[in-house]
Amino acid sequence: MRDAFCVADGGVGLATDVVILSLLALSAWLVLRTGRISLGQQAFFGIGAYAAGIATTLAHWPLAPALAAGMATGALASAGVALATARLGGLHYAVATLAFAELTRLGLLTWRLRVREPDGSWVGPDGVDGFRDIRWLLENQVTPERFLAMGLAVLAVVLVGLVWLGRTRAGAAMAAVGHDDGLAAASGLPVLRLRVAAAALAGALAALGGGLHAHRLTFIDPNAYDPMLGVHAVGYALIGGLATPIGPLLGAAFDMFLLETSKLFGDWRMVVFGGLVAVFLRVRPRGLLDEAFVHRLAAAWRRAFPPTSSRTTHVHP
Amino acid sequence: MTEGGALLLSLAQRTLDGLLEAGPYALVALGLTLGFGTLRRVNLAYGAGAMLGAYVGAWLYARHGVPAAGVLVVVVAVTVLAGLYVEWLCFPPERADAAGPSRGHGTIAGADGREVVALAASFALWMQLEQLAVLMLPRHLNPFPSIAVTGEWALGPLGLRPDRLAALAFALALAWGIAQALERTRGGLAWRAASDHRVAAELVGLAVPRLQRVAFLATCALAGVAACIVLAMEGQVTPMFGMWMLVKGLVAAMIGGLGSVRGAVVGAVVLGVVEAHAQAAFGAIGRDATAWALLLAVLLWRGARTWPTGAAASHA
Repeated sequence: MRDAFCVADGGVGLATDVVILSLLALSAWLVLRTGRISLGQQAFFGIGAYAAGIATTLAHWPLAPALAAGMATGALASAGVALATARLGGLHYAVATLAFAELTRLGLLTWRLRVREPDGSWVGPDGVDGFRDIRWLLENQVTPERFLAMGLAVLAVVLVGLVWLGRTRAGAAMAAVGHDDGLAAASGLPVLRLRVAAAALAGALAALGGGLHAHRLTFIDPNAYDPMLGVHAVGYALIGGLATPIGPLLGAAFDMFLLETSKLFGDWRMVVFGGLVAVFLRVRPRGLLDEAFVHRLAAAWRRAFPPTSSRTTHVHP
Repeated sequence: MTEGGALLLSLAQRTLDGLLEAGPYALVALGLTLGFGTLRRVNLAYGAGAMLGAYVGAWLYARHGVPAAGVLVVVVAVTVLAGLYVEWLCFPPERADAAGPSRGHGTIAGADGREVVALAASFALWMQLEQLAVLMLPRHLNPFPSIAVTGEWALGPLGLRPDRLAALAFALALAWGIAQALERTRGGLAWRAASDHRVAAELVGLAVPRLQRVAFLATCALAGVAACIVLAMEGQVTPMFGMWMLVKGLVAAMIGGLGSVRGAVVGAVVLGVVEAHAQAAFGAIGRDATAWALLLAVLLWRGARTWPTGAAASHA
């Protein structure tokens, strides 16, 4: 993971990486919300990267439909995995997703789909040599700044969507499944369908991040989709907090901005970060922005800015 | 020799190689199956702790000329210390008021909130311990006291490495000893009781938290011994060792059924033999892919038959 990201090109590139990693962290967050821990979200990231890359280089689609195609592929794959692993929980689910992700990585390492372009060059996935020349951004003169703006816009849309989802009945049902699936099933919720739907959404988000990543780098190496990537995504979600979609963003930003860029700890960076995460999780098992903290924030907000249409009988504590 | 005979011979040689590879896998899987399966302590830093121990041992061996026996003691001691540290940070004693999202302790199918957090926290410590080891000895290859025997014994037309055979024999003996200890001794009974039903164990007067801590440290010591033997056959240690140990151990232990000692040995044999044949048939990538596919297939197959109620059903 460390090779694929943290490309040392300063602010804009780093910010773009944070956006991309945030999408992956949101994907891990969605699965965590349904009470499962997935160590394999990097698989859908890779699948999305390959699908979107093939759409722009081989099929010559514009970026937006290519990303949509990548998302659809990722969602399908993820829903399939969720269906197959429906009866696994805890560690067994985590290891099953890890196994699927490693199989995907190894499969991509052997996959070749070379196509001759009109100008005589060969493009497409090339086995262990990765997938080169995903040049849509260069061909369409998209500057890194504009790409970052696009990424931020996409992330904003995703965030609004997730917040909206959290307020719907389906979102509440997903959270209920995460808290106690037995209780959720007993109260008549379709647990399996909700889990598969959440997994499909998570796969789509990871694939979206992968598609953006492929086009940003122009060259993708399946070995970048290693377990480290998936586990970092889970780590970001857990550090940031499980209560709101802002949590994973906080986690990603914290790691990338504060630790990756600071030369404060030098080689000891990972020692410091690992210890910090473990200590932090011991104190706050559901992350910085956990449910209790979010509720307290909301209450403080309501106290500071009381809603105008408050009932007359409302009593402030 | 006929063509068919040569084919059969190479097939037999490969099976034999795979069987011998089962020794290291079983050694690594034993500590894991006990720690993950019977103690429910999902410690992803399992391999990293042993790797840190091995690095300290290699450092003493290379820089200060500590003899092999001393290295063995140091590796096990450091691995246990690392285990103590992981235990302290990732598996805090359970408090009644912090039971997490209203889940009983007995659940294994549903994701337990604490299990998820321990998984993530121990992963963070994995990164930390691994980085510590690399900071101590930054080179990729580091010498480790070697017991490797380069010569081969001839077993008819087949070749056999005696050190590998010894490791396999040791692994089998160790597994047998652990199974006996779990089944026959009072300590083993207490161990099984605490993992079968925590509350019932407490009610009959067992000090479950202390018991679990001691048992956890025992699995860490086991990891240290396993690391010593595996590395002594290689004669060197690399930064990949922590990952290798966790992944191979987990695959072997899960194929055999997490929590079962005999299962760990069976899983190691299956993994070793299948990998040896896959290596010959599909190359290095195919070897890894086959191991993962095997694990995934076993998990899905077991899931489809509903997971047995806890590892309780299949100790030893």
